[in-house]
Amino acid sequence: MWVVAAARTPTGRHDDVRPGLPEGLGFQMATPTNTASRFSGLSGKIPQRRLGPTGRRRQGPPRRKPRTPYLFLIVPVALLVVFTYIPVLGMFGYSVTSWNGLSPTREFIGADNYVEIATRPELFGVLRVSLYYVGASVVQIVLALYFATVLSFNVRFRNLFKGIIFFPYLINGVAIAMVFLYFFEPGGTLDSTLSALGLGDLSRQWLGDPGTINYSLAGTSIWRYLGLNFVLFLGAIQSIPAQMYEAAEIDGANRWHQFRFLILPGIRPIVGLSFILAIGGSLSVFEIPYIMTGGANGSETFVTQTVHLAFKAYKVGLASAMAVVLLLIILLITWVQRRIVPDERVELS
Amino acid sequence: MRRYGIAGTALALLLALAGCGGGDEEGGSDGAISGEITVLTQRTDIVNTVLQEYKKKFETKYPGTTVKFEAITDYEGEVRIRMNTKEYGDVLLIPNSVTDDLLSTFFEPLGTIDELKDRYRFVRNEKVLDGKVYGLAITGNAQGFVYNKKVWQQAGITAPPRTPAEFLAALTAIRDRTDAIPLYTNYKDAWPLSQWEGLRGVVSGDPDAAIKLARDDAPWAPGREHHVVDSLLFDIVQQGLTEPDPTTTNWEQSKGMIGTGKVATMMLGSWAIVQMQGAATDKADIGYLPFPSQVNGKFHTVIAGDYKNAININSRNKATARAWIDWFTNESNYAVDQGGISPVISQAMPTTLADLTAANTEFIELSPPPKGEEGLADRIGNQAEIALGDGKYRQRIVDAARGAKKETRDEIFADLNRKWSDAKSKVK
Repeated sequence: MWVVAAARTPTGRHDDVRPGLPEGLGFQMATPTNTASRFSGLSGKIPQRRLGPTGRRRQGPPRRKPRTPYLFLIVPVALLVVFTYIPVLGMFGYSVTSWNGLSPTREFIGADNYVEIATRPELFGVLRVSLYYVGASVVQIVLALYFATVLSFNVRFRNLFKGIIFFPYLINGVAIAMVFLYFFEPGGTLDSTLSALGLGDLSRQWLGDPGTINYSLAGTSIWRYLGLNFVLFLGAIQSIPAQMYEAAEIDGANRWHQFRFLILPGIRPIVGLSFILAIGGSLSVFEIPYIMTGGANGSETFVTQTVHLAFKAYKVGLASAMAVVLLLIILLITWVQRRIVPDERVELS
Repeated sequence: MRRYGIAGTALALLLALAGCGGGDEEGGSDGAISGEITVLTQRTDIVNTVLQEYKKKFETKYPGTTVKFEAITDYEGEVRIRMNTKEYGDVLLIPNSVTDDLLSTFFEPLGTIDELKDRYRFVRNEKVLDGKVYGLAITGNAQGFVYNKKVWQQAGITAPPRTPAEFLAALTAIRDRTDAIPLYTNYKDAWPLSQWEGLRGVVSGDPDAAIKLARDDAPWAPGREHHVVDSLLFDIVQQGLTEPDPTTTNWEQSKGMIGTGKVATMMLGSWAIVQMQGAATDKADIGYLPFPSQVNGKFHTVIAGDYKNAININSRNKATARAWIDWFTNESNYAVDQGGISPVISQAMPTTLADLTAANTEFIELSPPPKGEEGLADRIGNQAEIALGDGKYRQRIVDAARGAKKETRDEIFADLNRKWSDAKSKVK
């Protein structure tokens, strides 16, 4: 198909459009360049290709590859290698030893740590706590989607609301944990708000009650990370060209129809990405429970448990193996997710 | 393109390595006291005040020396990780988590036990390996309960309780007759619960308590120290004598609370007395109680060294580092100023412990572990993932006692005993 189109536009103009965009961000491709092509009298087949940045354009005429992008890439790649990949390799190394984190000798014990993990099901019991955060991340994504949609239309004080929703994401996690400790303490902000509203009966030990603590912490997590999802969704929604909405309105679509048939399909890759990040994040929750409760009172997650083993019981080898296992679990779940919800090209028109 | 990539990565790596290795090269002296030393400290609160005074005095006594401090908030966590490099200061406090068998790997010996034992406290049994001493205590502590005397008097209790049952009765009286929280656990921060571990030897009055603990197959069996201590904690919480919501406790606030009588009692080493007095409306309100257990009609408390100054084995200026440690121990007056027990034997017991003396408490020091058993109890605890030095396993006891966890006391003790004996067979 593309060959045909290219033949009709010998300048190869489409070929030059943002060659570096990653897959799955196709919705950003609705640029004025492309819109212009709609009116250039070409056949109806081209617009269908138009939104896909990674079409089979390799078949275009060979050109000299530019070097500049690689020069720019050196810095982030070097940082990534030094601060992520080398430490991860080190972690694999520790995971086959019985190292205590300090001793100069590291006894090689092969797969013993992995065997121990596999034969101790109680280590995985804490993954149950992650379910609260999975639930929370669904709520978070739905809320973020709702706010992003509402605020993408012309609403009064739109920028103020955008700021308010995004702001928590900018605050340091330790500060948030401190604030929420005062929020949840008996007679704290939450309790006094409830009693001011005449709902004092609902008060309970928000962190002290083992039946409530994980809801409280997951709620804190929603508050903290809602802004990130919101901004991602908002950016994606705003990249849907305005004339689409006009066309939809002319066809008699109301706001719900616009959301259902225009916005949601248009930002599907970002929603999919958010879910992948959310599931991975839920399995490896750390910051909020670690700072707020230290994993006490049934709020222990897989990562706080790993940290306890590494830095309190000094079983760095075993803890490294647990970290490797968690990495594998997350990779597996992500893979399954990608199989169930494949990353399709977005084609709006 | 690939060429650039590899070269760039290599460059970044080099830069990173250079950044890590940028230690000071100056002041490398062979036995002469001069040049610069770096001293690691946990006292972030006094590094710019008291410690600067020390620096001035030391530098005046030894012209040509410079002392640089590095105050570290999370001292335990950070220094242990840093000890994987060679750059962990010239003088540092030995982290509690460094088990004694590793001392010679990281620190310079300061002398043999025989050379030092007549002059210094806490050198016979602490931070000792193969008859050599690796650290001199900055100060020393006794173990017991910090309490607000006024609240206890209001509740009508004037004599220190002698048994756990009497102690519980006293706390109940405080609950019934005053508005104070009888005992504050500081559960949320976890480490205050680890203070209960300092009661090794206090309950039994036996200097060999730590050695016996390491040889015991069931430390939580009835009659053992851990059973007595943890049962008392369990009962206190179960009878509602602690703060209503332990998960939102606040260490900094708790000082003011005991100082003003909102809290009656806390289990803390005697190092805490001065801090609590600082937060009290009247210093005289804060006192110190022995643990409610008597052997032959006498209370006991174990005195032990706090953090101990040691010399980094990789230090390039060991002579000056040694001079600093000697000066700090003998001349700085740090221990007395902080209300602690001086590491120098010739100095008297501090006034903060007058309450214990008045209650006719016997002060004991734990005996040195036999060769090969240095730090054994803690290694077993770590292997069992109980981590005695951490507050976590006592958080579990508190949770069960307040009904937040469906476990009885005996179930927890049975589980701890089982983990302990399993681990014990694996640790040599």
